[in-house]
Amino acid sequence: MSSAGQLALIGRRSVSRTFRQPVLVVPVILFPLVLLAVNAAGLASITELPGFPTDRYINFAIVVCFVQGALFAAITAGTELASDIQSGFTDRLALTPAKRWAVLAGATAGGASIAVFGSVVYLIIGLIFGVQIDTGVLGAVTLLALAIYTALAFAGIGAWLAVATGSPQAVQGVFPLLFVLLFLSTMNLPLDFIQKQWFRVIAEWNPLSFLIDGMRGLVIGGWDASTLLPAVAVATAIMFVTFAGAAHSLRKRVQRT
Amino acid sequence: MSGSTLSVAMAVLRRVMIQTFKNPAIIIPSLAFPLVFLIAFAGGLSTVASVPGFSFKGGYTAFQFVFVFLQTGAFAGIFTGYRIAEDYESGFARRLLIAAPHARGIVLGFVLSGLARFALTGVILWGIALLAGMNVLGSPLQILAMWLLAALLCVASTLWVTGLAFRFQSVDIGSFMQTPVFILLFLAPVYVPLALLTGWLKVAASANPVTAILDASRGFISGEQTKVALAFALALGLAALMGLWAGLQLRRAQRGVA
Repeated sequence: MSSAGQLALIGRRSVSRTFRQPVLVVPVILFPLVLLAVNAAGLASITELPGFPTDRYINFAIVVCFVQGALFAAITAGTELASDIQSGFTDRLALTPAKRWAVLAGATAGGASIAVFGSVVYLIIGLIFGVQIDTGVLGAVTLLALAIYTALAFAGIGAWLAVATGSPQAVQGVFPLLFVLLFLSTMNLPLDFIQKQWFRVIAEWNPLSFLIDGMRGLVIGGWDASTLLPAVAVATAIMFVTFAGAAHSLRKRVQRT
Repeated sequence: MSGSTLSVAMAVLRRVMIQTFKNPAIIIPSLAFPLVFLIAFAGGLSTVASVPGFSFKGGYTAFQFVFVFLQTGAFAGIFTGYRIAEDYESGFARRLLIAAPHARGIVLGFVLSGLARFALTGVILWGIALLAGMNVLGSPLQILAMWLLAALLCVASTLWVTGLAFRFQSVDIGSFMQTPVFILLFLAPVYVPLALLTGWLKVAASANPVTAILDASRGFISGEQTKVALAFALALGLAALMGLWAGLQLRRAQRGVA
């Protein structure tokens, strides 16, 4: 069987297994939207500050949903893969001629597909509630593509954690750290509006800020390569580093087995 | 309260405390989440204090600290609830229900455990906030009143999750334990005072009992008392209501093992 065929088979199993469990899907979709609703209403008055880039906070906040959904999906993907490792499924798969990259990418397809589904839902809900995308239809499509690319990259984080630890609990234990990283970014305010110097330095170098700012640039302000390209570069770097790390860990795990 | 009920409660408290101190991973999440919120809100959103119409004597760090402190109280209760659900999964809770001479002591023990966890995380949170330079303008008595309000929220949330754990007897109910509490907390004036909210959130926040508790606590820390009687009445009412819920579910669980 070709590598693409192996990927399709393993991926189909992962996707159907994930979508059969509403408890894995509903929070990923619902939680970012609840936070968006609360933040868009609670921080609406901040748009009155001179120089704030938009007069509707929902335009500013919508992109956080995409990154948050991708983070949730990373944990879901990792947890599912770690469960497969714990049950011995991955070891049995490793005894077959299946390619390692197909095993990894296929096993994380469930989590990644939730993020893809979520991204479409966030965009539709955002548009229904009046989000205006300055770059138009092409910008909306680019935003969706970047969100999906980010979700696939983050699935690599889940995969690496899963293979390195082999424990669903350990993967879930990392979620608070990713959550911290999100809150220490430009998710709530533009960099220029962050008053505390230490917070601004952290937010400036936080990889999630690059992703958020890249997506946000498409919604507010128009096409801007200076924010879009770094976002693509960061997502690409995360994808390569994490999947390479996961492949290395899987090789070591298989050798041990 | 009989001595036997109290002895059951103390045994449950002792067990939860031993588990907590033997495994720091249990206490870390209940401390980490409020800390993240404190850093993100007080640090990252301090510009909000410049919004026209915003005025709070203690500064934005104190304004946000109060919310995070109340959240700490509520979440200490929720994390205690996870332990009860785990006890059900392991079969320990059923054995406890059969063995305890006064089952109400079990609920009391979990409430005391929630309060003990809250006291521990609350003290650490206060220490960090004070080290970060938070302004406290309230008197010691007002700060004590603020602790009491947060403790009542902790009691209410512990009783809520205790009832859920007795009812569903599984850790799968975890997200249902925290989501309503999370939503109730965030439908209060978290980032700005009620007067600056607009639209649906203002309507929701005005009807939310947590708003009065939050406003009163913010009044205590800034030394400007407001809505004190209402806040205590609501917090006590919430705790009593949740006590009723936990009691009903305890009776149901007892029938299940009889």
